Amino acid sequence: MPTKIEKDTISGRETTGHEWDGIRELNTPLPKWWVYVFYATIVWAIGMFLLYPSIPFVHSYFHGLLGYSSRADAMAGVSEMNALHAKQMEQIGKLSFAEIQKNHDLMEVALTAGRITFADNCQPCHGPNGEGRIGFPALDTDVWRWGGTLEAIQQTITHGIRANDPETRNSQMPSFGADGILKPEQIQQVADYVMTLYGKAKPGVDVSAGAKIFAENCAMCHGDKGQGNRDVGAPPLASRVHLYGDSRETVVAQVTRPRHGVMPNWNKRLSPATIKAVTLYVHSLGGGE
Amino acid sequence: MSTRLAAANNGAGEGYIAMEGTSRLAEAELAPPPKLYANRVRVYPKAVSGLLRRIKWAVLVVCLAVYYLLPWIRWDRGPGAPNQAVLLDLWNERFYFFGLELWPQDIWFLAGLLALGAVGLFLVTSLFGRVWCGFTCPQTVWTDLYLLVERKIEGDRNKRIKRDRGPLTFDKIWRKIAKHAVWLFIAFWTGGAWIMYYVDAPTAVREFWTGTASAPVYAFTFLFTATTYLLAGWAREQVCTYMCPWPRFQSAMLDENTFIVTYEAWRGEPRGHGKRQGVGTSLLGDCVDCKACVHVCPTGIDIRDGVQLECIGCGLCIDACNHVMAKTGSKPWLITWDSLARQKDRAEGRPPSVRLIRPRVLIYLGVLLIGAGVLVAGLMMRSHIGLSVAHDRAPLFVRLENGDLRNGYTVLLINKDRKPAEFRLSVTSFPSARLVLPETSSTPQKVLSLTMPPDTVQSVRVLVQGQPDHLEDGREPLDFVLRNIATGEQAVYHSVFMGPHEH
Repeated sequence: MPTKIEKDTISGRETTGHEWDGIRELNTPLPKWWVYVFYATIVWAIGMFLLYPSIPFVHSYFHGLLGYSSRADAMAGVSEMNALHAKQMEQIGKLSFAEIQKNHDLMEVALTAGRITFADNCQPCHGPNGEGRIGFPALDTDVWRWGGTLEAIQQTITHGIRANDPETRNSQMPSFGADGILKPEQIQQVADYVMTLYGKAKPGVDVSAGAKIFAENCAMCHGDKGQGNRDVGAPPLASRVHLYGDSRETVVAQVTRPRHGVMPNWNKRLSPATIKAVTLYVHSLGGGE
Repeated sequence: MSTRLAAANNGAGEGYIAMEGTSRLAEAELAPPPKLYANRVRVYPKAVSGLLRRIKWAVLVVCLAVYYLLPWIRWDRGPGAPNQAVLLDLWNERFYFFGLELWPQDIWFLAGLLALGAVGLFLVTSLFGRVWCGFTCPQTVWTDLYLLVERKIEGDRNKRIKRDRGPLTFDKIWRKIAKHAVWLFIAFWTGGAWIMYYVDAPTAVREFWTGTASAPVYAFTFLFTATTYLLAGWAREQVCTYMCPWPRFQSAMLDENTFIVTYEAWRGEPRGHGKRQGVGTSLLGDCVDCKACVHVCPTGIDIRDGVQLECIGCGLCIDACNHVMAKTGSKPWLITWDSLARQKDRAEGRPPSVRLIRPRVLIYLGVLLIGAGVLVAGLMMRSHIGLSVAHDRAPLFVRLENGDLRNGYTVLLINKDRKPAEFRLSVTSFPSARLVLPETSSTPQKVLSLTMPPDTVQSVRVLVQGQPDHLEDGREPLDFVLRNIATGEQAVYHSVFMGPHEH
């Protein structure tokens, strides 16, 4: 509050009484309509107060005369999106892979649905981006045990591997060591040979004995050059990518008493359309054929 | 003389700032508390003719013509593109100005243009005062137009005052209704024209009148109709005095060498009605205090009080005063477009000098030229292709069966051309690097061919695989190169290829 009211002699107006760097301001009254606009905003605020949710009570609140609720609004949006999603998924279920791939919008839906389904169901074993880990195959590389085409991936997801499903993919590698098919030194020899297939063998080791054992016992499934066989899910051995690792101990352990991975059959938990979406997503990770 | 000039230039008006040190402050003894609110002082501008009025009409016609007609100019951009010369297509994120097409990425150009506009305004104001306010500001143009309507229907100043003070008669009612009807019509026309800068004009008109236009089109037409009617019809000069920030800081651009609307107080004072006893010997100055300058003023001020916040520099008072000077036989241009320095020179009998080149003018001009240069250069060098690359966050790399490494990238391609473009995407890095476009084929290639539709942004996933030869700390530089084979335009993006630490 100014302590004294000053008047400017030229204009005859009061000043505000404040001084800034030698400048004093006239106390010019506001135009009346300006004040009316201010009153109008108060009336407006009261109107909004009555129309929309405003007053909080202990266990409830005043809902407003319009009964508006942002939660209901959001839920309406969600159910609208769900309806759209259901329609799109129905289409994905009906169309063939080639037809879906041609439809850019549908493909986008499929990849998104696939990504989310993958994160919910597949990620614990195969990793967040399908990069895999020891014992659980990577899905983003070009090495496939049972095939990397869309149809092969779809078959694997639907019926699983060594799962409780009549059509599941099934194969078993003999326990060459535990069942006494090969002697321990033979296993050592074949391990030396297998390591030459992916260029990790120590130089100067004679592998002719191992090669012979491989040709007699392993080539039937893993191929004469270790290229693998997808019909029986035999992984390629002449590969830089290995499910359980590429050290000598690992190879010896696997030949002695093989580990066999199990993947559930997802047809019990996911709809065919969703499996199709996951298939497209896995295929898109980089290894798809 | 000089003190009178100073006093006149410090004249009163709303928002006037009192200066200390001139002992003009007096303490009021127990004055009643100041009123907080005041009634609006109604302004009834009188019709006037003359040079400045003619210029003002001409500017008004040009401004309105540009505003109303610009959206209707057609400009062929080929198929698939709007053929409106000026279109701010917010929905499709494109701004069109004749041959220029701006993408959201080019928004800096628009921002720069606005900033330069402000500097240009500073320059013009420091040279010639508030000519923007007086002649070209939309508020001024539409208020002028509305005043014209008011004069045509309700008559000139005296008639309007008399009728407004008089009783409610049929004559008064129909004139008021007619005036507001015409005002609303103009406002609607204005609001409707505004929409046409954002949507295709002929389509908008057809859809508007067949009731098929979108809700925003109707809403914005209504909004701009309402604001035009309120601002030009009702608020008028109050927009300039209360709402607009520009008058509040214009004084920072003015100095004593700026040409402004001034009153030649040195020969006008002492003002009065009395008889002049021949030139040179009169007791009274040239000003006969007829208040013609006040009556024509669209903001209702007295220019003889000097520069003031409300003065929009339209110069109608000059025209009004010249008529009076012609009648009294005095020299015209008693109110004139002149600088305070020149007025002082004249008052003291020196030949007036023009000082256009002043530090502030040079600074404004410099900023304007440099800014314009940067904008034009930026526009000339603007590329019509764009490339942006994001390396996959996880996995950083993938090992393939044959021992090669593979990295995944999301590549954003932009074709700003109005024609489909043949793009070639390649990388410069280790020699064995090959690219794969997993969406179409899994065959590794040295160069990818991509056909881009016109005027699009596309994001594609690209895999790069091979045997890097200089992995350092698990990474090796890798540049993506995008080329438009038709135009030869090229864009490069520096990225990286990643692998294991011990390779």
